[in-house]
Amino acid sequence: MLDTLLPILLFSALALAAIGAVRRVRLWRQGRPSSVPVIKGLMQVPRRYLVDLHHVVERDKYISHTHVATAGGFVLAALLAIVVHGLGLDSAILAWVLLAATTSMFIGSLLVAKRRSPPPSRLSKGPWMRLPKSLMAFSIGMFVVTLPTAGILPEGVFQSGVGWFAALVLAAVIVWGLGEMFFGMTWGGPMKHAFAGALHLAFHRRPERFSDATGGEHRSTGLKALKLDDESAKLGVEKPADFTWNQLLGFDACVQCGRCEAMCPAFAAGQPLNPKKLIQDMVVGMAGGSDAHYAGSPYPGKPVGEHKGDPHGPIVAREGTTLVDAETLWSCTTCRACVEECPMMIEHVDAIVDMRRFLTLEHGNTPNKGAEVLDNLIATDNPGGFDPDSRLHWAADLNLPLMSDKKEAEVLLWLGDGVFDMRNQRTLRAFISVLRAAQVDFAVLGTEERDSGDVARRLGDEATFQSLARRNIQTLSRYRFSRIVTCDPHSFHVLKNEYGELGTPQTPADYHVQHHSTYINELVVAGRLTFKAWKGGSVTYHDPCYLGRYNGEYEAPRDVLRALGIEVKEMARSGYRSRCCGGGGGAPITDIPGKQRIPDMRMEDVRETGADLVAVGCPQCTAMLEGVVEPRAAIKDIAELVADALIIETAAEKSPQRQEAPATPRPALEVTP
Amino acid sequence: MPHDVSNRAKSATPDGLNVAVLVSIGRHPLTARTRRADQDARAVEMALTLEGASVSLLHAGQHEREHEEALRGYLGMGIDSVNLIQQRPQADVVPALADALREGAPQLVLTGTRAETHEASGVLPYLLAEALGWPIITGLAAVEKVEQGMATVLQALPRGKRRRLRIRLPAIATVDTSAPAARQSAFGPAKRGALEPLDATSEVDEALAAWQVQPARKRPKRLKIVKSSSARDRFKAAAAKADGGGGQTLSDVTPEQGAEAIFKLLKEEGVLR
Repeated sequence: MLDTLLPILLFSALALAAIGAVRRVRLWRQGRPSSVPVIKGLMQVPRRYLVDLHHVVERDKYISHTHVATAGGFVLAALLAIVVHGLGLDSAILAWVLLAATTSMFIGSLLVAKRRSPPPSRLSKGPWMRLPKSLMAFSIGMFVVTLPTAGILPEGVFQSGVGWFAALVLAAVIVWGLGEMFFGMTWGGPMKHAFAGALHLAFHRRPERFSDATGGEHRSTGLKALKLDDESAKLGVEKPADFTWNQLLGFDACVQCGRCEAMCPAFAAGQPLNPKKLIQDMVVGMAGGSDAHYAGSPYPGKPVGEHKGDPHGPIVAREGTTLVDAETLWSCTTCRACVEECPMMIEHVDAIVDMRRFLTLEHGNTPNKGAEVLDNLIATDNPGGFDPDSRLHWAADLNLPLMSDKKEAEVLLWLGDGVFDMRNQRTLRAFISVLRAAQVDFAVLGTEERDSGDVARRLGDEATFQSLARRNIQTLSRYRFSRIVTCDPHSFHVLKNEYGELGTPQTPADYHVQHHSTYINELVVAGRLTFKAWKGGSVTYHDPCYLGRYNGEYEAPRDVLRALGIEVKEMARSGYRSRCCGGGGGAPITDIPGKQRIPDMRMEDVRETGADLVAVGCPQCTAMLEGVVEPRAAIKDIAELVADALIIETAAEKSPQRQEAPATPRPALEVTP
Repeated sequence: MPHDVSNRAKSATPDGLNVAVLVSIGRHPLTARTRRADQDARAVEMALTLEGASVSLLHAGQHEREHEEALRGYLGMGIDSVNLIQQRPQADVVPALADALREGAPQLVLTGTRAETHEASGVLPYLLAEALGWPIITGLAAVEKVEQGMATVLQALPRGKRRRLRIRLPAIATVDTSAPAARQSAFGPAKRGALEPLDATSEVDEALAAWQVQPARKRPKRLKIVKSSSARDRFKAAAAKADGGGGQTLSDVTPEQGAEAIFKLLKEEGVLR
């Protein structure tokens, strides 16, 4: 009986899976068009899976081994089952391989089951709790049914007496296994992640993220520009169908492992955001329906089951609720911890900014101080609404060389909007003294500089970003410099990764941009700076998101600290897992309330190391961390630490072009009557 | 939240209320870039929060690129079009606006107290009211109710005081910074909204042509000496009523008596000689 039943079961499951696949593809194709190299992309899948994706999965050794055993076993077992049982190829060797594959899968499914007893809070429950059992059903069923083919049990064992009954049970188990593994894969079961995930890897919207055999850095973090010149086109994403089809495909690839949730600073702070739920909401919107079936952690403070959407309905309602509430989108600090952590390489931040673009550019509904900041950026080119002519007031005594006078310099120092902030002015002063100590030929743009556009872009105001960026590019094109150095990782990221797309053939915008920590490190390596020995207490280092995760610079700041004689006491979350300070993505401007503040949590991380001082490299981080109430560790920018430790050579040696100070001091004498 | 939809005035005649808002070209105080004028934008905001009102925007001026950008600032608040009465640069816009308002026959005309560019004398609403023979309210803080041709409104007085007034429509009302802030202007609607040019005769402002215009001289500012020692003192100082001492309140007097009293005061104070 099984000999006839098994091929029927196998092929009907495959046929149903094929129908499901077509339906699923049609769901994705509701999205906007986006051209991708189809064949080339499909060819890349094995490499992208085995190298890039596995690289992320491997951060958790347990699940990476589990997945290799389970998925590897399943793929092999499924292929062999089709050949051996579907096509009836009676080969003992293949049967033995099939037995080995199902055994591997069974061991894997035991490990999956173990991880889920009890499941950690980041994992989704619901149908996912059934998955280990379904994996076991498939592997056990296939194992037992293969035993006669391998010659371990006599042929025909399932055709007599007790065998009939065993065959019935076995058939039921196999139906369960096939149902989950083949049918469920394309009809929305937990195994959907395998089908959508493979295609997502093939048609990823940022193919630059994946490595190739030549090695080198593979990073793609700059937001993509929005076309603003089309008069009638809707700006940003209003409904699920406004995403590009491969974004929708990406959402569908989510395996609900909750690694993003575990890393998200907004979720930890109790703000109404959970990256995993957001992606699942997009899937709900794409397929239509309510989020009641979602079985993971909800958005903090928002019960599951109250939101619903459809592919052509709005994601965020002007009034009432639809799929997602606006404050969920505005909670994100764009720290990219979720994207960094996602084993399926889903682009959460892109999706959030796409939806924010619609809210700002079409609804005109940027919350709290958002509208004011954007108005200021439009009218005064800085978010605080300060007089642009007062940009250099803080440096009245520094006699900074201006680009408009010099026309060219080795280093263009990009000051950023920190010039209006008294705390950041200390950092800038420190860095300028470092540059002068190393006798660097530098110049600043002065009042010609504008906001880089970072905040405007993250708040969804692409129009203001592009306006600022284009004018900055125009200004920069007038001068000659070999690199831009800045103390602000946000300006650094935008200048380095996001201006390029807006350059024109006449005014290309591909600059060599460096963060000041990288540049200081170069100066140190070149022996242009000498330091006193470090006498302070213990120090930890906080990685800014826009320097670390966005641009992969983890080492230079640490090298500089090492050169100062500081041994960095690392926080539990540092490097690519660094926790955000809460200052990115316009989050301090939109200011969505939570249960606690993100910088407080970060200072708690600092406290755990016992460090007396936390070294930072970003004006936002400085402001956010210094806003934490005392007692806490002191906060100093790397430039300040370097400036404090400088040994400056005598004035005569240092600056031959400057007038020498008079040899004898001339003290002012008090005139006594 | 700028798009708060509660707190809307209820209109008894839902689709009857026809509101015209006069908008001008604004100028940023620091950078002098053109923008939507703050007070005019507040007037638009007030019109948009009137439930069931049909809102039309009116601007008398030139159709220029720079002006267009400022006018689009109003469109970005969710307005489909601005009617642009084309005028020459030196024109007196009062007759043209009065004609347009007579023709459009709105029940309520809202505008800012004074413009941010050109003369900015703040007299235009009064001249219009005179030309049309309509009543005028200054410092409108909220429209509470519109019923049977009568509007109940709140007028803002100094130091946060409010006065409830009933006024027969049609009327002109000016809005200053005590009115709710204008909603955000969104880029998309601003770009798509239309400017509808209307041709009108433009009368040259003879008086203005005779004037000599020069940039204002910067005046020295008196230093503010804060004597108070505590926050409580400072608050009291800020919230205290002006200690004029003198003066009198006239009520139930004829217009002639009132005018006479004002004339006498102006003479006493040396304003009139």
